[in-house]
Amino acid sequence: MVDLLNMSYDTQIPNNVGLSADKKVLKALEKWHPGYINWWNDLIPEKFQKSMIYLRTAVSVDPKGWAKFDYVKMPEYRWGILLAPGVEDRLIPCGEHKGEPAWQEVPGEYRNLLKPLIVIQGDTEPASVEQQRFLGMTAPSLYDMRNLFQVNVEEGRHLWAMVYLLQKYFGRDGREEADDLLLRSSGSEEAPRLLGAFNEETPDWLSFFMFTYFTDRDGKMQLESLAQSGFDPLSRSCRFMLTEEAHHMFVGETGVGRTIERTCQAMNEAGIADPYDTGKIRDLGVIDLPTIQKKLNLHYTLSLDLFGQEVSTNAANAFNAGIKGRYLEPRIDDDHQLRNDTYRVWGIVDGKLIQHEVPALTEINMRLRDDYTRDAAGGVGRWNRIIEKAGLEFEMKLPHECFNRKIGVFAGHDFDPEGNLLSGAEYEAGLPTWLPTHADGDFIQSLMRPVSEPGQFAGWISPPKVGIDNKPGDFEYAKLHMA
Amino acid sequence: MPDMIDFQTDPSRYLHWRVDYDGPIANLYMDVNEEGGLFDGYQLKLNSYDLGVDIELADVVQRMRFEHPQVKVVVMQSGKPGVFCAGANIRMLSGAAHNHKVNFCKFTNETRNAFEAAEQDSGQKYLAAVKGTCAGGGYELALACNHIMLTNDSSSSVSLPEVPLLAVLPGTGGLTRLTDKRKVRRDRADIFSSAEEGVRGQRAVDWRLVDEIVQNSKFDQVVRDRAEQFAAAWDGPDDPVEGIALGPLDRKFAEDGSVSYSLVDVRVDRGGRKATITLRGPDTGPATDMAGFAGQGDQAPMLRLARELDDAILHLRFNETELGLVVIRCQGDPEKLLAHEALLLDTRDHWLANEVLQYWKRVLKRIDVTSRSLVCLVEHGSCFAGVLAELLFAADRSYMMEGEFEGDNRPIASITLSASNFGLFPMGNNLTRLQTRFLGEPGSVDAAKAQIGEAQEAGEAEEFGLVTMILDDIDWDDEIRIFMEERASFSPDAMTGMEANLRFAGPETMETRIFGRLTAWQNWIFTRPNAVGKIGALQCYGTGVRGEFDQERV
Ligand SMILES: [Fe+2]
Ligand SMILES: [Fe+2]
Repeated sequence: MVDLLNMSYDTQIPNNVGLSADKKVLKALEKWHPGYINWWNDLIPEKFQKSMIYLRTAVSVDPKGWAKFDYVKMPEYRWGILLAPGVEDRLIPCGEHKGEPAWQEVPGEYRNLLKPLIVIQGDTEPASVEQQRFLGMTAPSLYDMRNLFQVNVEEGRHLWAMVYLLQKYFGRDGREEADDLLLRSSGSEEAPRLLGAFNEETPDWLSFFMFTYFTDRDGKMQLESLAQSGFDPLSRSCRFMLTEEAHHMFVGETGVGRTIERTCQAMNEAGIADPYDTGKIRDLGVIDLPTIQKKLNLHYTLSLDLFGQEVSTNAANAFNAGIKGRYLEPRIDDDHQLRNDTYRVWGIVDGKLIQHEVPALTEINMRLRDDYTRDAAGGVGRWNRIIEKAGLEFEMKLPHECFNRKIGVFAGHDFDPEGNLLSGAEYEAGLPTWLPTHADGDFIQSLMRPVSEPGQFAGWISPPKVGIDNKPGDFEYAKLHMA
Repeated sequence: MPDMIDFQTDPSRYLHWRVDYDGPIANLYMDVNEEGGLFDGYQLKLNSYDLGVDIELADVVQRMRFEHPQVKVVVMQSGKPGVFCAGANIRMLSGAAHNHKVNFCKFTNETRNAFEAAEQDSGQKYLAAVKGTCAGGGYELALACNHIMLTNDSSSSVSLPEVPLLAVLPGTGGLTRLTDKRKVRRDRADIFSSAEEGVRGQRAVDWRLVDEIVQNSKFDQVVRDRAEQFAAAWDGPDDPVEGIALGPLDRKFAEDGSVSYSLVDVRVDRGGRKATITLRGPDTGPATDMAGFAGQGDQAPMLRLARELDDAILHLRFNETELGLVVIRCQGDPEKLLAHEALLLDTRDHWLANEVLQYWKRVLKRIDVTSRSLVCLVEHGSCFAGVLAELLFAADRSYMMEGEFEGDNRPIASITLSASNFGLFPMGNNLTRLQTRFLGEPGSVDAAKAQIGEAQEAGEAEEFGLVTMILDDIDWDDEIRIFMEERASFSPDAMTGMEANLRFAGPETMETRIFGRLTAWQNWIFTRPNAVGKIGALQCYGTGVRGEFDQERV
């Protein structure tokens, strides 16, 4: 009997999907497994592979106690396959099959629509680990290092989750796609990752925090909409991934927050009130708020591009087919089929930004992006409260969605972060104040010095309010291997 | 919507293509301007194309031959990252009237055939360098190239998703070239053509869908190497060289729709639903040699006549869709015309002579597949000789004047065959028009051949089977009038179907299969509700709602 709540360890691969009884998939996964371990070992610097890291491992899908914390060497991490418990008599929540029983197998007619969704989701998971591979070397504390690796191993597990779906439900094609997920790699000249934003290196820790805040949140929105899928195994898989994803965004939000907090504190100690007194603030060894805003502008806009074209036939097809829903689909008050609904979007007409109503079905991406923006605004408000509390005058803001876009209707037009259309020259002139410059990057890089004493933190970032797993401030989150 | 679709363009007006010339190699970049669609209501995203994009491509291909004869290899590639070409624009197709779709497909087929044949005809080899998505019509572009290279980046692929996505066919040669040209096994072709998803990497080579896959980081280099290698393998004469410029045509449109060129005149009779094309033969003798011909450049009569006739045919096809009957006449001195042709025939190994003759071959093929009733009138003073005599055999019928006509002092009508009628201008079925005409009596071809250079008046022309009917002064006007009135009364659809079936007797070739079988099936599907009905797949594409199919097999 398959224990849906608890992991079974009767195969090499911990799972709650009855793998030991599913010889075909087990064989495929076991064949894939060595490639995955190689990928991991080649990726993460050896020093860290041999270190003991205090990580949580998913051992169950019981919401009350799904994870267990302990020291583990990362290559021995138990990447497993976990699906959230099935909902009894679950129905397809949207599209033309709305109300029909959810599919437990891939419907033949939607195989071609479904597979790329899983492949693209699967492709982003290892990509972010690749992007972040060198950050361990400059971790501002053992606490942060542990968080980085926690995010990394869980992204690795998310890859497993997608590979399982490909191998179990998509036959030979699926197995080939699973192999290709290890073949592509971030920034590679030979076989880059599928989405542009996942081919950029994450060069420093502030970028990492911004990435986990903004880009993992795109991941969250994608998972949320796939969790609404009428293809039940995908839905259950994504629902469980979401529980892990929350921690990634927590790492991002608190990381940026702690950076801001430390900057405000240093400014107050030095008696600097003007946030734009950049030189003096940087001399304190902290990152000035305008530069943090620039990083925010960059990562937010890159993440908006991940939502794709505003008008999307693929997204419409997927929604109508019932294989991808919207964010919190069941809570939306409409027919969930969008037969006649419209949706309000920004467009450019004669060089002016205007809002207009278009068929909602082709604007699924757009709606998800709007939901994303609302979701992303929350943390920004909390960052501003830190600044406020420090008594400084500065406000972090999400730029207008038309700023710095490479995909969609705004691509190819020059807007400032307020949403004003600019001439090329005006745009060039404003750019150094809106997006990080090389000099900004060099400055941040100069602060990236590793700190590996338990309880100690680099000078540009504050300690967290509470420890992971309620551990005390001087807890040794990583026992580093000393060669 | 433009008032008129114009097939004349030049590089200074291109919106969608650019060419970098590098000695024997030309790099041809497809970089479609999203906002540059020929009609309103769609954007040409992802290097998708409409007729306007294809008109430019046809112009590129034509100029490559005449203006850049030194080019041996043309590397067709995308100017956009991540996509080679996404095929014909779907919103354009779903918004287009049936006749536009059909004409569009025909023209794009002709253009693909033209660059596919460029290797054999002109020593210009087309190489497709595919990076990114290469879907539907995009893959059909690559299929018509002589060599396909695909980057191996684990995402670039080739695909023909028309069937699953749009419920139509890859109708621009796609299905036919898969099986006939690339000789893809039919069960694999079946899988490939019914999958939305593309084939990439080694399987694309194993299935013969591409000629080679290339390591992604080395792609540009390997493509360059391959192009140089192909260019170096050229073993024809090295004479060219410099090309000749193709200037704008001398062309005027009249109020009533008539068009006059320097040597071609198109009279439009809307009431009679007919157009009369009159070709004028040269007034003077030819240049003494090809150097002299090249000196005349695009003004050389044999080239001018071909260009003008080509443009006239395209104009009628797209802009005058209700003129069901095209009457072809000519006037001029047959001997002068033959002298002009003789210069080309005698110096066929000169690149320009070859190009002009190859161009005539293409123009004549274009006429063969023009879905209008074609009739030639061989009047007194006409010059149906050599290449122009081919028009008689391309037409559905021909009528010739016999004997003196009252008040007509033009030279008595005659027809003169030349060597060019016996092999230089094959039809799509790879036979000459005379071979096709005399499929059941091959002896008649030989008999006609024995008459090369002899001016045949009506009696002989009838005896040798060169014309449909000869008519004297008494009968001419009435018979011609009755024929035309009768023709105008028939159903245009039935005429198109009947003519297309009767024109291509004899063996099937890839070309006849594309224009016949594939096109006919596609055009049938283009009228079926499953594709174009209100809830057909083509209409529903992009809305997110699926098409609903009538499940009856027809
Ligand atoms: Fe993830
Ligand atoms: Fe994540």
